[in-house]
Amino acid sequence: MNYLTTFINSLPGAAAQGMLWGIMAIGLYITFRIINISDLTVDGSLATGGAVCVMLIRAGINGWIAVLCAMCAGMIAGLVTGLLHTKCGIPAILSGILTQLALYSVNLRIMDSKANQPVSVDKYALLVSQRYSRDLSLRNPLFLLILVIAVLIGFLYWFFGTEKGSSIRATGANLHMAKAQGINTEADTIFGLVISNGLVAFSGALLAQFQGAADVSMGRGAIVIGLAAIIIGEVLFSKVFINFGLKLLAVVIGAIVYYLVLQIVLMLGLNTNDLKLFSALIVAIFLAVPYFRETYFKKAVSAPKEER
Amino acid sequence: MLEIRNVRKTFFPGTINEKVAIAGLDLKIEDGEFVTVIGGNGAGKSTMLNIIAGSLSVDSGQVIIDGQDITRWPEYKRAKLLGRVFQDPMMGTAPSMQIDENLAIAARRGQPRGLKWGITKEERETYRELLKSFDLGLEDRLSAKAGLLSGGQRQALTLLMATLKKPKVLLLDEHTAALDPKTADKVLEITDRIVAESGLTTFMVTHNMRDAIRHGNRLLMLNEGKIILDLKGEEKQKMTVEKLLKRFEKASGEAFTNDAAILG
Repeated sequence: MNYLTTFINSLPGAAAQGMLWGIMAIGLYITFRIINISDLTVDGSLATGGAVCVMLIRAGINGWIAVLCAMCAGMIAGLVTGLLHTKCGIPAILSGILTQLALYSVNLRIMDSKANQPVSVDKYALLVSQRYSRDLSLRNPLFLLILVIAVLIGFLYWFFGTEKGSSIRATGANLHMAKAQGINTEADTIFGLVISNGLVAFSGALLAQFQGAADVSMGRGAIVIGLAAIIIGEVLFSKVFINFGLKLLAVVIGAIVYYLVLQIVLMLGLNTNDLKLFSALIVAIFLAVPYFRETYFKKAVSAPKEER
Repeated sequence: MLEIRNVRKTFFPGTINEKVAIAGLDLKIEDGEFVTVIGGNGAGKSTMLNIIAGSLSVDSGQVIIDGQDITRWPEYKRAKLLGRVFQDPMMGTAPSMQIDENLAIAARRGQPRGLKWGITKEERETYRELLKSFDLGLEDRLSAKAGLLSGGQRQALTLLMATLKKPKVLLLDEHTAALDPKTADKVLEITDRIVAESGLTTFMVTHNMRDAIRHGNRLLMLNEGKIILDLKGEEKQKMTVEKLLKRFEKASGEAFTNDAAILG
């Protein structure tokens, strides 16, 4: 009984946490599923978003403007990765790792050489805060997060239906086809990385406010959480959610489910230090399942997937 | 008009694997010509096509279309002038996108892509009509993913995509080689019709002598990166596989080495 009350009490917090990471996972979806790149920049750009936002708010700047600036910082990070990959011929994964590593130093610079910078909800007007996550009022972060996610999904649904959005999808789906149809695939790849990391930094900015601090290592393992959200969403909803907008919604639900499961295993006594191992295991298993199905349970020959 | 001036291409230069793929090639293709290109393995047919398309760069020489030197243009920019169908049916379409979305992308080849909606209702109707004429049942599957189509259907779709926006030159890279004979004939029939309808300048690489003779109005034979035979008009029309083989042996001083080309 005691467990149950604790669990129910922790639900709103887990849901808010899930939505915050859901925004991040939507950003990751753009690179991982649409332009078909595993972008490791996100571990760095999430913290960049948090750092920029917190420092600006501490300097007395309006929360929304701070969030927008954080987003721009993330977009620049995406641009760097994109340029390293397309113009310097560095494999996508390595480009992301390089940017991520560089961002660690950059983030420390942004945070005044401190690993952690607090931003208290008592002193500043924050957009979202953990403190109110069980309040029955408008300052409950859930309201704002639902609104933000709805607008975001609507925007992306529109964008990826436009001519430009379609060409980015084609670039991710088949480079040969895209080039043969006159699409500048390098520019589109960069564009996708820029939007993606902008969204990741956006989520980092909100996350830092929610937690009441920016931390230089807040993005560590972000890509794994994002992938977990994407994969859980796909496993649960791939049969029902065909529409692109619903697919993005599935990603957010995936992130919420991830945090709920996390909450449960923590209550069952999992050591917090083992969390990352646990997360990595979950993602590894879910990533492996489709492969196992393809290799061991099907006789049909499938075409080799192109390496990037 | 497509013009190739003294193009050279060597793979792995300076290594033990050095291979001269194109050895100083000159060629002029007039507007409206349908050129079939044949040659043995490693004769340089596909290399030549890829050089025109921009997938491969040249070591020296020029590629000129309608007086414009496109030798240094990147692949995507050349696509403004070129329509392409690949040998591998997987390469020409985006498998995770719908048939109509693939076509809509092709319809905007060479145009700036902005924030207008990616496909219009009228477009869809046009595509339906065009696909109907193929008689492959694709007109009722506009919103199916291209990845669900068979090889032949994909090549037909790619052909339509390559010609939706009339290209200056249509490049066909052994586009029926991966298909079964019956489907291959069907795709070639569609090819002939599209080319004839729009009077397209066409460059078709094939390894099948029979196809090379039966289709088009000019035939080129390549060997070791050089054109060794260039047949036009009546001479091409009266050609047979046997005569072509003899001409090849005479011109190259060796027997033709691609069984598939003779038997196919």
